Amino acid sequence: MLRDITLGQYYQTDSVLHRMDCRVKLVATLVYIISLFLVDHIGGFVIAAVFLAVCIRLSKVPFSFMVKGMKSIVFLMLFAVVFNLFLTPGNPVITFWKLRITDAGIRMAVQMAVRLTLLIIGSSLMTLTTTPNHLTDGMESLLKPLKKIKVPVHEVAMMMSIALRFIPILMEETDKIMKAQIARGADFESGNLIQKARAMVPLLVPLFIAAFRRANDLAMAMEARCYRGGEGRTKMKPLVYKRNDYIAYGALLLYLAAALTVGRFLPV
Amino acid sequence: MNILQTAHVSYDYIRHDEEGNVEGATRAVSDVSLSVKQGEFIAILGHNGSGKSTLAKHINALLLPTEGTVLVDGKDTRQEENIWEVRQSAGMVFQNPDNQIIGQVVEEDVGFGPENMGIPTKEIWERVEESLRAVGMYAYRKHSPNKLSGGQKQRVSIAGVLAMHPKCIILDEPTAMLDPNGRKDVIRAARALNDVEKVTIILITHYMEEVIYADRVFVMDAGKVAMQGSPREVFSQVERLKQLRLDVPQVTLLAYELQKSGLPLPDGILTVDELTEELGKCL
Repeated sequence: MLRDITLGQYYQTDSVLHRMDCRVKLVATLVYIISLFLVDHIGGFVIAAVFLAVCIRLSKVPFSFMVKGMKSIVFLMLFAVVFNLFLTPGNPVITFWKLRITDAGIRMAVQMAVRLTLLIIGSSLMTLTTTPNHLTDGMESLLKPLKKIKVPVHEVAMMMSIALRFIPILMEETDKIMKAQIARGADFESGNLIQKARAMVPLLVPLFIAAFRRANDLAMAMEARCYRGGEGRTKMKPLVYKRNDYIAYGALLLYLAAALTVGRFLPV
Repeated sequence: MNILQTAHVSYDYIRHDEEGNVEGATRAVSDVSLSVKQGEFIAILGHNGSGKSTLAKHINALLLPTEGTVLVDGKDTRQEENIWEVRQSAGMVFQNPDNQIIGQVVEEDVGFGPENMGIPTKEIWERVEESLRAVGMYAYRKHSPNKLSGGQKQRVSIAGVLAMHPKCIILDEPTAMLDPNGRKDVIRAARALNDVEKVTIILITHYMEEVIYADRVFVMDAGKVAMQGSPREVFSQVERLKQLRLDVPQVTLLAYELQKSGLPLPDGILTVDELTEELGKCL
């Protein structure tokens, strides 16, 4: 049961977006998020929404999966909307008791809601179409320039991918230890929060010991297979831009230009 | 030429007390000298704590001898600049299959060694394919290692070592955590590599059934080589093996008991077929 957990929220299917180079997707998501905060014209938001809708269509991921990501930030969104609504100075539209809603407030609140919605859907579109492994690869490749200022990019990426590989194994181990401790009379269910936290100790101690032992074994196995950091290492699956990726970059630039300049051509 | 040559190798584990001061040393391997020719199938036997795994780690330069020298393919493991060549020519497969698979997809894991060696991408793919085919795991190349059985994982580990084109593979109790079927598959894969690819195999184990195909057997006890010879020579000394707390294969034991109770059987019978043949002669 625990073996089958999926990490992140990758949605397995075959689409243009799934096959796209992970670097393109990372850059595009970043650019898209930034563009959302630069745009302040209704035309810009329409273009952003249309761009996203086209991407979702291309990804073949059911829309309901995107909405799932929204649930987790409903509270944050309400918070942002309410604060913008009541605390923005401007001409009051409605006033009751000590609260006052201004026209500028409504505008800001709506903008904020639209921005956050598009932002969450946009970034979950990336995680839905990219495996965690590819994400790590993409980040390693994009952050490579940081190596010049001694940031251990390769090492961090290697750690991330090893962590990803070991999460299911450690989950299974947790399950095993839990059952073993329950068989000896441990109680993980009852009691208040503090008692529950204390009950975790006999679970965490063996888990950590096992994890360290595994790490030691793994380090030895890696050394035995000539691992010596990123220097002089070749890649089995190097990232190579293909025609589609260049087209995607082009589309992204086109979108950016359209979203940022549309305000000049339209009234309102 | 000898692929492996050890001369009077000893290794001490340093014991520390709680403050980290040196308390004393435990001699895990003491005065071991052996030589292995290219293409041989060697088995090293011994019960727990006999020093067999410690010796194995010397061959891969994961441990360096306290005394004596280890030469792998003519290179001294103590020389710092030899270390990567030594590790490339003597690959190592460990006991726990989960703790030695690095990739999240079978083929990526097999490619890990060649990647570290700086092999060009195209050749990595060729090596991965041929290694996975050699151990019979090619059909699983796109699978996640988490979903494989223990025996399959261990064969992937062997493929991972094989992709580095080693001259010698050390298998450190590769079957200790496997079920009987997985055990058979792994041993079969190791024998096939020895037969077909002429890779030197050094198999460390405490399962007697796995060593009857070896060219030579070394039995270790308390860090020393206690017995050596062909499987037949070693297994004919049933009493001595019992002293070393090792089990003899069941057939051999049966033949030994029959011989003791008066049947004219030769020493060191290793397989069921041999025993039936010999018993046929008696009748």
